[in-house]
This record gives sequence, C-alpha cells and structure tokens, in this order.
Amino acid sequence: MLAVARTLVERDLLLALRRKSDVFTALLFFVIVASLFPLGIGAEPNQLRAIAPGVIWVAALLSSMLSLARLFAADHADGTLEQMLLGAAPLGIVVAAKAAAHWLVSGLPLVLIAPLIALQYDLERPLHGVLALSLLLGTPVLSIIGAIGAALTLGLRGGGILLSLLVLPLYVPVLIMGAGAVEMAGAGLDPGGQLLLMGAFLVVAVAFAPLATAAALRISLE
Amino acid sequence: MTTQSIKWFWFASPATFYPLAGTLARVTGLLAAVFTLAGLYVGFFVAPTDAQQGEAYRIIYVHVPAAWMSMFIYVVMAFWAAVGFAMQTRLSAMMARSLAPTGALMTFIALWTGSLWGKPTWGTWWVWDARLTSELILLFLYFGYMALVASIDERRRADKAGALLLLVGVVNIPIIHYSVQWWNTLHQGASVSVSKGSSMAPSMLTGMLLVALGFWMYSIAVAMVRVRCEIRENE
Amino acid sequence: MLEGESLECERGGRKLFGPLSLGLAGGELLRIAGPNGSGKTSLLRILCGLLEPTAGSVRWNGEPIRELREDYSRHLVYLGHAPAVKDELTPAENLDITCRLAGGVFPKEQIREALRAYAVPELPARKLSQGQRRRAALARLLVSASVPLWLLDEPFAALDVAAARFTEELVQKHVGGGGAVAYTTHQPTALDARSRVLDLSR
Repeated sequence: MLAVARTLVERDLLLALRRKSDVFTALLFFVIVASLFPLGIGAEPNQLRAIAPGVIWVAALLSSMLSLARLFAADHADGTLEQMLLGAAPLGIVVAAKAAAHWLVSGLPLVLIAPLIALQYDLERPLHGVLALSLLLGTPVLSIIGAIGAALTLGLRGGGILLSLLVLPLYVPVLIMGAGAVEMAGAGLDPGGQLLLMGAFLVVAVAFAPLATAAALRISLE
Repeated sequence: MTTQSIKWFWFASPATFYPLAGTLARVTGLLAAVFTLAGLYVGFFVAPTDAQQGEAYRIIYVHVPAAWMSMFIYVVMAFWAAVGFAMQTRLSAMMARSLAPTGALMTFIALWTGSLWGKPTWGTWWVWDARLTSELILLFLYFGYMALVASIDERRRADKAGALLLLVGVVNIPIIHYSVQWWNTLHQGASVSVSKGSSMAPSMLTGMLLVALGFWMYSIAVAMVRVRCEIRENE
Repeated sequence: MLEGESLECERGGRKLFGPLSLGLAGGELLRIAGPNGSGKTSLLRILCGLLEPTAGSVRWNGEPIRELREDYSRHLVYLGHAPAVKDELTPAENLDITCRLAGGVFPKEQIREALRAYAVPELPARKLSQGQRRRAALARLLVSASVPLWLLDEPFAALDVAAARFTEELVQKHVGGGGAVAYTTHQPTALDARSRVLDLSR
C-alpha cells in the first residue's frame, strides 16, 4: 500500500520534472498576482505592510486553485486514472499521494518564495517566520481539500471556474486563520492558537478529505 | 422493520409522491401566507420601537427569519443528500434540487435586507459583519451546488456529485462560521453588528418566529411544486 | 469465479441492457458481442467495478465486488479503450509504473522483454503511433500471467495482423493455464471458435 503511494508520488514528480512548465506557472502566477496589488492600490509603505499577509495568502490560494484543475485531468484523459481506481491500494491512499505530489510541485515552492514577496511588501522581519509557517501548514490543506473539487468537476465544461466556485468557500477558514496568524503576530499577540488550529485543519483534512475525493472520483468516472 | 418503514418507502417512489406533493403544496402555501402576514403585522405594528435605531430596525423581521431559513434549508438539503446515498432513492436527489433555489433566495433576502438595514443605521450599503459575511459564503455554497448540478448532463452523476458536495459543505459550515466570527473580532471588535444584540421584547421574538414559520411553509410549498415538475420531467 | 447477477445498465436515460446474468470460471473465454452502443464497454466496466450497475450485483468468488474493492481489482487486469500510456514517460517507465500501481514489481529486463515482444520502440511515448501505444498497453499482458482475470475492451483494435495473432495466442495461453478472459471485439478472430458468446443486441 505504501509502496503504491510512493510510486505514485515519484511518478507525479517525474512527470512534473519533464513538464517543467507546471511548476513555474504556479510560481509565476503567485508572484504576478502579488505584484498587481501595489499597482492597483498604491505603494504607500505602511499600507503595503498592513495588507501583506492577506495579499500573499490570497495569491497563494488563487495559485493553488489554478493548478488544481490539472490534478486529475491529464490522468483522466489518457486512461491512467481508471487504472489507479483498479490498483492495489485503496483509492483514498491514491488520492492522498496525488495531493501530496501536487503540494510538493505547486504548494511548497510558494512557501519558499513567500519571504521574497514579503520583502517586496516590506513586511517586518520577525513576521516572515510566522508567514512561512502559516503557509507551510495551510497550503497542504488547500491541495487536499481542493482535490475534492477537482474530482467532482472532472471532465466538465467550464471546469476551471466551476472548480473555483466550489472550492473557495471551503478555503475561507484556512485563509482567515493563515492571514490572521500573521496579523496577530504583527499586533504583538501570540499566533500560537491560530497556528495550532491550522495544524488541526491539516490533520482533519488529511484524515477525511481523501475519502470524500475518492467517492467523488468514483462518481465522476462512472 | 414494521409497517412504519414500509410506509416511508412507499412514498419514496416519485410516482406515489406526486399527488402527496400537490396536497402539501396547497396546504403549506396557505399556511405560509397566514403566518407571514401575522408575523409581519406583529413586527410592524405590535412590537415596540427600538430605542437606538428607530423604525428602521424593523427590517429584522424579514432579515433574521430569512437568515435562519437559509441555514435550515441547506441542512435539509444535506439531509436529503445523506438519505440519497444511504437508500439510493431518486426522490432524495429531486428534493435537494428543488430546495436549492429557495435556499439561495432566502440567503439573498438575508443579504439584501442586511444591506438595507446597514444604510440608515451605519451609513453604508454593506457591512462586513460576521453574520452577513457568513451569509455571503453560504450564497456561494448554494450557487456552487446549483452550478455543479446544472453542468453535469448525466443525471445520476449530477445527483451523486451534488449530494457529495452538500455533505462536504454542511460539515464545513460550522468551521466557516467560527472562522468568520473570529475574523470579525480580530478586525473590527464588537462594534459593528447587523443584529439585535441587546434584550429583545417578547413581541419582537414572536414576530420573528411567526415570519420564520411563514418562510418555512413557503419553502415547503415551493419545493413541492418544483419536485412535481422534476417528477414530470424525469419519470 | 466471477458472477454477474441480474445486471441492468441505464445510461443517459436509456436502458442499455438487462436484467442479465453471467458467470465466468477459470479456463473460460467469454466474448461480449453486440452492435455499437449496445453497452459492451459498460458491461465490461461494470464487471471491473468502475461502473455501478443500475440494478444487480457482481460477485467475485461469492463476495460482492463493491465490498472487496482493491481485494478484487488486485486479481484483474483491465485494458480499456484508452491505452493508459503517459506521453512524458518511456514505454518501459509506463509499464513499470502501471505494474507497480497494480501491486506487481518486475525486474527491468522482464519489462523490456515484454515490450520487445510487442515491438514497441524505446521512444518517449508521445512519439509513438496509435498502434504502437496500443501494443505498449498490451505488453502488460505478458507480465500478467499470474493475474487470473483479464477484462479486455477491443484488444485487437488498431493492431496489425502479427500483433493481433500474438495477442490471440497470449489469450489462449492464459485461458489454457486456468485464467479467465472476457473481451469485446468488432473483428472476427481465431478466438471466436473457442469462446462463449454473450450477445447484447436486442
């Protein structure tokens, strides 16, 4: 069972490596969106510092959502997804493995590049750590909950937009807690509670979302 | 298992449910009119004027019941989704589909009346308070369900996919609600709130409950009419 | 081994077939026949567990496959319309990964042997022709002798005569060794003489 999961993660990483555009698209989108806000709002330093956590989080959210559509679509198109449903591991494990690979390719790079964006917004140094931690805890949740939406909208016309509509309400708690943690820290308060809550989100999401995604895949592949 | 459970399954067949739905629609439609008018009468003429907000506050007699119903209907839809998965009945999916537009309407009314309340009270057409923000997200959840079900041509897949989405949504609602409330306290403190926080006179509560009952009857009536349309289209 | 009881299938509001019952034991070859749109692929997918029948159930050694899930799919190989070959990988990598996901690990040499037997070149899969992809998918059968049930959807489509003959022999060998094979096809093959036929046309 774990062997299958490992094979799947390695496979998806190998595919991402050979199709390099995927990684860079997500990253580039993240950076571009973050750069748009000062252009729209004005570059007043105090204002930027204040909106930085929110902007970075929203950009991460949108970037994650953009790459979700591809989670199952390619495998569905060439028939490999069907084979995974008939594989040796429970579908929940298969889904978790794919979501993990998705996070490694589309989520983790955001965590690593976020400090650079934070510099762009002149976010106070001590807050960079909280920001990175909040993204580290939050982006996997985005991948794993987003997988439910990706599975439900598999193969539908208007897939990308529909996926966003379905998944954004579910993302709201993560966004609020993630950006909120950084703001709490910025106000001199302890963000521990929020970060702990995000950890709890992660645990619960990992425990239950793959099951919902597996059910959704079976429904979509009928 | 007794005759009781056999009776439920008898009505689970769309063909048998059809006439029952018609009767229910007429009865609840009438009750809806009665209760809503009674509630609005109490709210607008019997309940006392608010000390701080004057007459404008009376919009809550529509706003609060609509908000209650918007939540309630979503939960009922999720209930039908669960029943559909457990019992594999076609009618459950039809019930969920029939309730969705009314649920969305209630949410919209809650948002709209909330906005109307905001203008004379706070001077703005929109207030980012906890309840209104939660209602907005609830509206997205309704739209998401309706859009998903509408974009799947294969009926069985549409029913099941919608049902799954409802179950995922209903589980997330408390989490969303809590997060939004916390977010509200983080950013604005307890100052701005589209709700009647302090003590409520008994007549105010009566008014709201009566209107809520009226909205509930209305929702059932409309859902029954829609279910009949669905049955006619598909059986 | 495999039993289908009172299976019914409804797609897009139309009833495709049913109620129909079938049984497939070791050493048996079953050909599912019928015109286009009669539900051959749907029936095969129902037997795999990919599609839920509108009514009826499928059983593997007496137990419903809905409950067995991967304990059932471990015992079968399903080759559908799509070759299940990823463009960015080589045929060898594809076959290796497909086998691993199904629970079987094979030495590299055995994988290469299988692909050579089907004359699949060692190019990235995106450069292969339709026929070559099909053959790359079929190569899986060469390492699946130990998997009892083979469900093949149009296995001979887009194959040249040599490859088709080779595949027929493979199927015969599998059945001869106690395996069970159910397949759909449009073309007449040498297998027709040996197989039971389930005709879905009404």
